[in-house]
Amino acid sequence: MMATLTRPQLPSTDKRWMIVQGTMRKHGYSRNALIETLHTVQQSFGFLDKDAIRFVAASLQIPPSQAYGVATFYHLFQLRPPGRHTCQICLGTACYINGAERLMGHAEKQLGIQAGETTPDGEVSLLAVRCVGSCSFAPVSIFDEQIHSYSKVEALDAQLKAWTQP
Amino acid sequence: MTTLTEELDQITAKVQQEQQAAGDRINVCVAAGCLSLHSDAVQRALEEEAKKTGARCAVRGVGCMGLCSAGPVVSHESAASNSDEQAARLYGGVQSEHAPQLIASLQGEPVTKLAISRQLPFFTRQTKVVLENSGRINPESIDEYIATGGYRALMHALNEMTPAEVVQEISASGLRGRGGAGYPTGLKWATVARVAGAPKYVICNADEGDPGAFMDRSVLEGDPHRVLEGMILAAYAVGASQGYIYLRAEYPLAVKRLGIAIREAKRMGLLGNDIGGTRMSLNLEIRLGAGAFVCGEETALIASIEGHRGTPHPRPPYPAESGLWGSPTLINNVETYANVPPILQRGSAWYAALGTAKSKGTKVFALSGKVRHTGLIEVPMGMTLREIIFDIGGGVAEGHTFKAVQTGGPSGGCIPESLLDIPVDYDSLTQAGSIMGSGGMIVMDDSSCMVNVARFFMEFCMSESCGKCIPCRAGTAQMYGLLTRITEGTATHRELDLLIRLCEMVGATSLCGLGQTAPNPVLSTLRYFKHEYLAHIEDKHCPAGVCDCAASIAEVAR
Ligand SMILES: Cc1cc2nc3c(=O)[nH]c(=O)nc-3n(C[C@H](O)[C@H](O)[C@H](O)COP(=O)(O)O)c2cc1C
Ligand code: FES
Repeated sequence: MMATLTRPQLPSTDKRWMIVQGTMRKHGYSRNALIETLHTVQQSFGFLDKDAIRFVAASLQIPPSQAYGVATFYHLFQLRPPGRHTCQICLGTACYINGAERLMGHAEKQLGIQAGETTPDGEVSLLAVRCVGSCSFAPVSIFDEQIHSYSKVEALDAQLKAWTQP
Repeated sequence: MTTLTEELDQITAKVQQEQQAAGDRINVCVAAGCLSLHSDAVQRALEEEAKKTGARCAVRGVGCMGLCSAGPVVSHESAASNSDEQAARLYGGVQSEHAPQLIASLQGEPVTKLAISRQLPFFTRQTKVVLENSGRINPESIDEYIATGGYRALMHALNEMTPAEVVQEISASGLRGRGGAGYPTGLKWATVARVAGAPKYVICNADEGDPGAFMDRSVLEGDPHRVLEGMILAAYAVGASQGYIYLRAEYPLAVKRLGIAIREAKRMGLLGNDIGGTRMSLNLEIRLGAGAFVCGEETALIASIEGHRGTPHPRPPYPAESGLWGSPTLINNVETYANVPPILQRGSAWYAALGTAKSKGTKVFALSGKVRHTGLIEVPMGMTLREIIFDIGGGVAEGHTFKAVQTGGPSGGCIPESLLDIPVDYDSLTQAGSIMGSGGMIVMDDSSCMVNVARFFMEFCMSESCGKCIPCRAGTAQMYGLLTRITEGTATHRELDLLIRLCEMVGATSLCGLGQTAPNPVLSTLRYFKHEYLAHIEDKHCPAGVCDCAASIAEVAR
């Protein structure tokens, strides 16, 4: 008798799991859809938690350890929930040469966190990125989705204040 | 029944007619760079103004026009001066409020306060092959690409040439890979074509991980069909039926435009089954990267497409023999593919006449850092660095002096003033201790400390090392530590000797190109700027005033 595949149940009734399932279905539940699926999870939920990784691994019949290995290998995958806002500062070569380190130093001081962390109140995540391809406009920072060219400490400061002060 | 070739001609005629009817063309750069300066609002303002005044013109969003430092950039091609780029008026720093003036100027004199001279060496010294359409066509319209002669090379090859003849033409052109190593493209295609086995795959490496490079991004955002056409031609030449474009997720606009391009090409029957009524089939899919520099390395990239951690494998076997899922796989860079349609359209002899004896054609560079005109340029191979930086780039800002130019990213090196007259080709740059790389060119002036720059790249390699082999994983961390101590002014000659020994060891014993080339930024700065290292070590002083040696020493003492 052929073993019939039982796919794991959705972790919750949250509709976003349907989107995640959609990606896997599109790829015929192939194992090599792992990274594509994790992208969908992150787009839908903002980050990858253990439940999500377990669910995806079980659906694609991949050992959880392997799925976790992939999730932690790639810088873009976040394993913790992001803050309400994200401040990304480019530390690529062109931005670095144009003083991006100073911007990062200022943001870290202002927010009281290191790059890669989120403020304790969950308001702002601070991220270092390595070149977003706008090197002509260095230094570049991205506030939420909006790219800012020729970033200055003052503008950064104003944006952080706008986010953190009620 | 009309053939696909006839259909392409009909579309071309239709687009030309429409453009004639629409009158002048106003092109607004909506590539990511100018977009960040709100060129989308400029486009809307121009559209509204044109509608309001009933001016006879078409306002269009286009890809990068090159001179990013003057952004947002707008060009005006009059209906009369059909397709003569030099005759187009170019404007920089355009804001929404300039729309009325610009629209009013269509029939009269240019708006002088915004005008950029076409006579600047920035424009006159360039030769555009890969970028010939960028900034001139709407990248989201396949019809406009077709109207420039697009997909004709493909139809010609499918109908008139054997796959072997296509390979032969690429070999004869002398094209070399634009992804960094400069491997002869024709040779690679011939290998994949020769290896038995099905299916075969074609992959486009659009990972562009070098921080400070945006050539591939601009090509994909400005003229995506050119890359698709190159890939389809490659698939025909090597006999592949499935292809992937591995694109970094940090380029959302490129993802979007490429997605549109693939859909439109499918709709036209240029992708999918029985392309153009022949028996050739090709299915193309985009795979998103997830922020790992090492995935630009071809074997790591393949592992990533397979859904694994992006760790490289030792070569041989090369992907040409055993690549994606163990099948013969052709992998080329974005710009390499973008060179293919013009080579087949105009002939290998035309292409081989551009450039130098061993480096043919043109190269796109992303010029950034401490240079006056930043942006995207394309020059014939063999132009000197000085011409690129000082003529095209306009040199460094007033009050500063040129110190070095960095090429090749974390695998490359820093080239000093004394070597600026070397020609830009694969071999000369390697001899100078750097590499051509993918085309990032970052200019540094006296405000940069070269030890600090070496440390910056080592930090990059350390955090991007995949960890699979020890020399790279541990070696980059040790070298980073040593460089940090030098910048802090707490190192002695012993540390410097150790650093040099580690450079040799890591370079010789690492598994993949990442580790093998990680020492390059250190070695090249040591070769040309050793006095800066010595100043930090002996005098506890940073000549550029970047590193705060005294503070660090005080910190350590405490
Ligand atoms: C660490 C590392 C990173 C690389 N990154 C890229 C990249 O971002 N883009 C690229 O086209 N090639 C990159 N390469 C080169 C590729 O391995 C490969 O040589 C290239 O894609 C082949 O295409 P080409 O022959 O058209 O140049 C990288 C190599 C190494 C070792
Ligand atoms: S280095 Fe910052 S955008 Fe490229």
